[in-house]
Parts: sequence; C-alpha cells; structure tokens
Amino acid sequence: MNELARRDLLRAFLGAPALWAASCAGRKGQRNVSQMDGGLVLRRERLGHRMRDVSSLPKPSTWSECQVAVVGGGVAGLSAMRELERLGIGNTLLLELDEHVGGTSQGGALPASVHPWGAHYVTVPLAANQPLIALLGEVGAVEEILPSGDPVMAEQHLVADPSERVFYRGRWYEGLFPVAGASADERAQKERFESEIDRWVEFRDAEGKPAFALPMSLGSRDPRVQALDTLSMSQWMLANGYTSPRLRWWVEYACRDDYGTTLADTSAWSVFFYFASRKRAAGASYQEVVTWPEGNSHLVDHLRRGVATRTGHAVVSVETGPDGVSIVALDASGTGEPKVVGVRARYVVMATPQFINARVVRGLSEERLDAARSFEQSPWMVANMQVRERPGGAGFPLCWDNVLFDSPSLGYVVATHQKGPHRGPTVLTYYYPLVDSDARVARKRLLELGWEEWAEVALSDLERAHPGLRNYVERIDVARWGHGMVRSTPGRIWDGRRELAARPHGRVHFAHSDLSGVALFEEAFDRGNRAAAEVARRIATEANDP
Amino acid sequence: MAYRRTPLFYLNVLVVGTCGLIYELLAGTLASYVLGDSVTQFSLIIGLYLSAMGVGAWLSGYLSKNLVRRFLDIELGVGLVGGLSAPLLFMSFAYLGWFKVVLYGVVFLIGVLVGLELPLLMRILREELDFKNLVSRVLTFDYLGALLASLLFPIFLVPTLGLMRTSLLFGMLNAGVALWGSFIFSDLITGGIVFLRSRAIVVLVILTAGMINAKSLTSFAEEGMFDDAIVYAKTSRYQRIVVTRSGMGFKLFLNGNLQFSSSDEYRYHEALVHPAMSTAANPKRILVLGGGDGLAVREILRYPSVEEVLLVDLDPEMTKLGKSLPSLVALNKSSLRDARTKVVNADAMTWLASYEGPLFDVAIVDFPDPNNFSLGKLYTRRLYRLLASRLEPEAPIAVQSTSPLYARISYWCIVETIKASGFQVSPYQATVPSFGVWGYVLARRGPDPIGPPEKLPEGLRYLNTDSLGAMFKFPVDMGPVPTEINRLNDQRLVRYYEEEWRRWQ
Repeated sequence: MNELARRDLLRAFLGAPALWAASCAGRKGQRNVSQMDGGLVLRRERLGHRMRDVSSLPKPSTWSECQVAVVGGGVAGLSAMRELERLGIGNTLLLELDEHVGGTSQGGALPASVHPWGAHYVTVPLAANQPLIALLGEVGAVEEILPSGDPVMAEQHLVADPSERVFYRGRWYEGLFPVAGASADERAQKERFESEIDRWVEFRDAEGKPAFALPMSLGSRDPRVQALDTLSMSQWMLANGYTSPRLRWWVEYACRDDYGTTLADTSAWSVFFYFASRKRAAGASYQEVVTWPEGNSHLVDHLRRGVATRTGHAVVSVETGPDGVSIVALDASGTGEPKVVGVRARYVVMATPQFINARVVRGLSEERLDAARSFEQSPWMVANMQVRERPGGAGFPLCWDNVLFDSPSLGYVVATHQKGPHRGPTVLTYYYPLVDSDARVARKRLLELGWEEWAEVALSDLERAHPGLRNYVERIDVARWGHGMVRSTPGRIWDGRRELAARPHGRVHFAHSDLSGVALFEEAFDRGNRAAAEVARRIATEANDP
Repeated sequence: MAYRRTPLFYLNVLVVGTCGLIYELLAGTLASYVLGDSVTQFSLIIGLYLSAMGVGAWLSGYLSKNLVRRFLDIELGVGLVGGLSAPLLFMSFAYLGWFKVVLYGVVFLIGVLVGLELPLLMRILREELDFKNLVSRVLTFDYLGALLASLLFPIFLVPTLGLMRTSLLFGMLNAGVALWGSFIFSDLITGGIVFLRSRAIVVLVILTAGMINAKSLTSFAEEGMFDDAIVYAKTSRYQRIVVTRSGMGFKLFLNGNLQFSSSDEYRYHEALVHPAMSTAANPKRILVLGGGDGLAVREILRYPSVEEVLLVDLDPEMTKLGKSLPSLVALNKSSLRDARTKVVNADAMTWLASYEGPLFDVAIVDFPDPNNFSLGKLYTRRLYRLLASRLEPEAPIAVQSTSPLYARISYWCIVETIKASGFQVSPYQATVPSFGVWGYVLARRGPDPIGPPEKLPEGLRYLNTDSLGAMFKFPVDMGPVPTEINRLNDQRLVRYYEEEWRRWQ
C-alpha cells in the first residue's frame, strides 16, 4: 500500500484525528503490514452466498430422518439442542453452515493465547434468570446460590480488576467515562442520566414486572416502557436536555458496543435496556461480567458437548407439512463438490437470523416475509493480533477493555487478562463495528477492504495510543462479520414485526437473538431454551393424543 | 627540541601518577562495597598494588630495546585494563562468583604495568635531562598526580560519574596520552608508528563503547536514586533488581522498593517465619511463595523436621541471584542451594491453581507490597483460597502484610481478606528499622486462631518467647479498622495502598 492509498484508507475508516496522529508518528523504520503474518479467517461468505441461488439445485440424493432438526449452530441453536436433551427429546440433529459451531461466539487460538472472535462476556445474571445461573454453574463459574436466588460467582471468572480504561487526549484513565476536564455541568448531566436509569431500575408495572430484564422476555410490556422504542436515543437525549459531549460519547459507545449503531439509529428503549437490566436495584453498581480468555466460546465448548452436529451444511429450503418438515441442504463438508442432501424432521427450530429465514423457509405469508426482512444487521470487523509485549501507555495501567475516545473502533480486549503473569506475549482483540445508517452500505464498506487494509486500519488506530505497536505485532488475523449483530433501531422492539417473526410457522419454530432485537448471549440462550421447550411440549401433546 | 617537550613529559608523568592512584582507589572502593570490611580491603589492595609495582619496576630491567615503543604500549595496556577494571569487577561480582580472584588479578596486573611505566620513562628522559633533575621532577609530578587523584576521586568523580564511568574515563585518558606520546616521541620510535597509533585508537574505541554501554548497566539517575553504591543491577523480564552496598551491609531493591537490608533483615525474616513454623507440630513440607532471596528459607531450614522446602518465585533472575550472588549466598547461608530446597519459577497464582502434589504443612507468603494490580492479585481472596486447598487442614501460614502504621487500612484489608478466605487470623507486628513497624498475619483453618508460640528454635537473634506475646498486640494507632476485602475482580487493596503510601512520599 503506498502512502497516498494509506492516507485515503485511514481518512475513510478512522477519520481526521487518527490520520493526523498517523502522519505525525511518521513511518520511518515502521513495519509494513504486508511484512506481517496473518490473513482473513472465518470466510463463510462463499458458501453462504450459494443459498441465494437455489432454483437450479437438483433434488436431494439422500434423505435422513430425525425427530427435531435445529438449523444454525450459534448460541441459540446449541442452547436449543441442550434443552431438548434435558427435556428427554432424543434423535436430534444440528445443521450448521460454518465449519465450526458457535456463530459470533466462536473463539480462536494463537500461540500466545486463545482469544474471542466475537462475543466475549456475559453479565452476571440476576436471580430471575435461573437457567443461565445453572449454565454458568455447569462451567464452574458459580460457587453457590443464595436463598434469594442470586448467584455467588467464583471470583476468578469475574472480569479481573482493573477492568476498563479510556484513552483521552494522550492519557489513559480508569473507567469508560472520561472524567478528566469534565465541566460541572457535564458531571451533573452524567449524574442526572444515572438517576434516570435508576428510575427505570425501580419501575414495576401492574404485574410487578421490571421495565427491563435479562432476558428481555421477563421485562414489562407497559406502554410507558414501550413508548421509549418510538424514539431514537439521540432524539431522547435532545428532548431531555442531555447535551454533554462526554455523556453523548459514553452512551453512544454503549450503542456501538451492543448494537453496532449510532445514537441516531438506536432505539431509546434498547439503551435503557442496556443500562437498567444490569442493575439489581437503584443505586447499586452495574452487575459484574463473567469472561474467559477465549470469550464466550468457553460456553460454546460446553454447550456443544455431545451434540450431534453436521457442519458445512448450507440449508437452502425448509418446508413445513402436516406430518413433518423437509429440509434441503448443500453439504460442503467433504472435499469434493457440494452434495444436495435432505433431512426429514418432525419439528424444526430455525436458530438462524431472520434474513436467512426469509430466504429458506417456504410458505411464509407476505406479512411475515416483510417482518423477517425488516431485521437489519450491523457488520463488524474483528482483528486478533499477537503482540510480543503488553502495550502500556501513560496513565492508568493496561486493563481488560481498553477504549479509545474519538475512535470509530471499540478499542481492544486483552485475552490473557484473567491469567498471570501480566507480562510477555498476549493477544489483543480489536473490535470495529460499521455503524453507517444504511446497513448495506456498511456491509459494502466492510467487504471492500481486504486483510492488509483492515490490519492497517486496526494498527493505525491503536498506534494513536501505542506508538510503534506494529513493531511488536507477530501476527494479525482479521474476521469480517457481514451480519455481526441485529440492529436495535427505533421501533425494532415493539412495532410488532419482531413478535410476528418469532411465532411458529407450522412445525417450524424460531430461536435467534435477533428475535429479541438485541444480540446478547442471554437472549440467544433464552430463545433457544424456549423454542426447545415449545417443541418438546408439542411432541408430548402428540404422544398423548395421537 | 628537548627543551620544548620537557613540560609535556611532566604532564605525562602527572597523568600516569593520577591514573595509577585512581585505579587503586577504584579497586579498593569496589572491594569494600562488595566484600565489606573496608579496612582490610583497602589495606590488601594497597599492599598488593604497591608490591605489583615493585614487580613491574623489577621487570623493567629486562627491557632494553625500543623503550619508547614499549612505554607507549604499556601505557595503552594500563588504559585498557584499568579502564575496564570497574565494569569487569561489577560483572564478575554479578555473574562469576569468584570475584576475589578477578579483583586481585586485575589489581596485580595494573600494578605491574604502572610499575613498569616510571622506570621506563626515566630511562627515556635520561637522554634529555641530568639525573638529579630527572629524579626530582619525575617523582614530584608522580606524587602531585597522586594528590590530584586522591582529591578528585571522593569529591568529584564518585559522586558525579560513579565508579564505572570514572574507570572508563581514566582508561581513555591513559590511552589518549599514549596516542599523544606517539606524536611527541615520534623521533625516538623505531619501526612502524601507524600500527602503534591504530592500537591506541582501538583501545579508545573499546573504552568509548564501554562508556556508552555503562548507561545500560546503571544510569546516572539510578545511581542518584539510591543512597549507597550500586554493586549489582539487572532488568529482568519482570522487574529491575538492584543491590547496593554501604558500610552497614547491602540492600536489595526491586523496582526501587527496598526488599531487605542485610543489617536488619534477620528481624524481618525471623518474625515472618518462626511464629508459623513453631506452631506446626512437626513441619515437613514447607511452601514459600515469593522470597526469592532465600532468606526466609534460611530460617525454615533451622527446623530439623523439614524435609522439603518448595519456593515459588516468579523471577528466575531473582532466584539465580539468591543462589549465586556471593554476599547474598553468605547471608542466606546457601539456603537455595540446600538439597531440601526446590525452586520453581512461576506465577504463584497460576502455580497454585495447577499444583497437584502432596499438601503442605506450613506456608510462608512473602510477596512485595501490593503497589500495582499484578502484585495486588497475590493478596486476593482467590489466592488465599487456592493456597488453603494446597495445605494440610490445620497448617499455619504467615503472610507479610505491609506496615500497619504507614498503611493501616491496607494492612487490615489483608487481614480481612485472609479471614474471608476461610482462615482464623492472628495479626502481629514487628519493628524492622529499615522498614519501620511491619505487619504480618499468622493464620490457619480450623477451630481456633493461633496464639503466640511457646517455643522457638535456638540461636535466634531477634525473637524470644518473652517478647513474642507483645507482637500480637496492636497499639491504638495501628488497631483494626473496617475495610472491604481484596478480590480479583475488585482490587481494593491496591487502591488503599496507593492512597496511604502517597501521604508518606
């Protein structure tokens, strides 16, 4: 890449501050990305895109049968499989497009450490979420359950202190809100915003339900709560006099982090959900989070144990009938040409994003197709870089989560943070959501750049805080998630289309975090569990009433 | 011609005299830093040096041809050996162990070379001056040079340049004079002069390189930071290790924080080890976390029942020092070389989590103070719980816990954290002049906390059973205060500690 191309790239993907810093830092003696090891990983777009053109497919050469087929091996699909087994439903089969299960909770391994490729933590569940407490108990993260139902977490699984820092004007500060130099008014606005959150934490509707809960299905449907979904967060903040740039940055960071969208494209409901569902009580601190070096793939590895899985299977058609469901899939797991295979199941759980369902589930009404197509997904770029030494920097020391103020990225997470010693090689996971209002434009921008360009963007961004970082990088791998997470745009939660898309269609049930409008492990887990329970109930009913 | 260069000869003699004494002073100072007992060391060095000069003077009788060339070569030799003497001695102290052999060898060699210089110079000048003047001037300037050196050395050189740079600087001066001499004496030199000058330049380059590298061994700033002379400095992967030496003995610093002073470490280590060790009925297997200096292990090995001491210290450079730095080996009585001692270099938390061997009868926890998050982690409930799972049910532990006087909240935070990890705690304190009042926690699982032990081993220098009871009582200004506990996910201790110690800085 020549210097001019690099400058254009950085201007387009990092904006003026990074470009300025990159020019100031100078390039003398700096390593070029092209000299580094690494490449694009998790490339599933080729097989995925085959699903688009299914009209010319021949009939399946072989048919296999099972009781329940789960399509999609992300957290929702794996959770559904685990729940089916717990409920005594045998003869189940999981079909996954990718070579590996886990979806955006997949992890990877470099010599220095295992690391996440996407989701990398779970908030400590409150007493109401017993299924998740049980799951965390199975992986040894829960020491005991108090009479109140609240879990006592094993401290080594909670994110280790110091957990987060922000790089603001040349220095690292503890926490994510840049307090340095904040005016009294800015601080007052932050406090007022926190008390607004507390107001929602205290809220109970007529049925005694909280406004926001994790999973969201436990929360209130009160119109006062739902009304928040009609506004974007930027409209809400403007209407309520929140003008502080620091506060707006901090809230937008939460939007970009959890939904891949800006303040203007995020439902105010989703922002309050983000904050309020993580508090036990008004005035309490936010619930801590549980994490592992490999991120949520730690939980994936647990969930997938004993699960009958066929990977490399691109499901192209799912047709529900009176006695069962026919699935046609392209089997690309072997070395030769993909084969067309068929699966007959009594029930199917579609643990796939809605844009896939719109393409493969046959017989959906126009209204349902519309609903399924209304879900938008944010694209993400994730880079994992192995570095020889830990980056430091002036001010607060290296944390688990290291965020750069004024960067379009979300900063980086240190894979070895939960382990000692705090020296030597490690892996940094760098997250970059593409937040353009039009998700298709965002996706085009994501796929426009190859490995070298994305690596350059990641390194140039981090070098604002860590000059010369690229000289410590031993390898940098890049994953492009075209459909990283569902966008929680205004109306997404309560305009009816989300709930319509979640309704069973014949013998086909639906389970995916996007049906909650928020891409969280908790939601995928809950959706998977509930779909499995519904299917199990129907099987039991059929058995009693043949 | 002769008239013009005579003053230059005298200058030459002055430099020779100054350099000669400087090397002698350097060796004497270094020897007393490193080996202690300055009277003996200076006396030995001066005696050896003067006698070596005698040997040199005697050897000069065997040189008859091409005296100027020989003189300049010897001068270059003095520059090289003398100039590198201090760096060489530092390194041999740190890495070789047989420091004394190198020390006396270097002193003897410099003495011989310096001893050769004056007789040769006098014989060269014999052609240009009458004998009476020659002897009087040469000796005058030689002794003047010695006066200059003896004044410069303590007043200017050691305080501003330090030992290393002084040594290298005077080596360069010697070599420079030799190079210069090749010009003044050019008419007296037979044979190739270019080769001689290039040798002089090579020596100058070597010494200059040493001067540049001296920075990486110790820095001006670092030498100014410590009150005493630095006799060992090394940056390991994990920390900066510095050993300093003074008349009171030597001190070990990690990242600039004092770990012990040889003058009173016995108080610290006796107080750390014996309450726990004397409580255990028949301690066989002992675990030491931290304590790579081997001083706690020395105290542990006093108990005849001990069969195995397992020391887990993160830094291999530190435990290597404990095994090989001669003065430290003398102080820890070779405890790390003892057949019963096994050293593991690992992060204590990671090691504890993966350890699957037999349980321990006693554990001694001796980590540096929790002044950052990586150290604070070693004072968390998680660590104490892991430790508990590797101990026999009622095994006593002792934990160094910073000062209850200077960092009262931090101290009681450690006490509370150990308590919250399932131990019965008995806090106690001792006075260690280098540190001030110091705090420890004695603890065990089981029904009751441990009281002051009633028996102690023979031959202790600090503890006795009479005064032991008082150590478990806390005066008003060090008494318990309510604190949060220190957890991996919320390292309160590091924040308490930083706040409390900041007030004393």
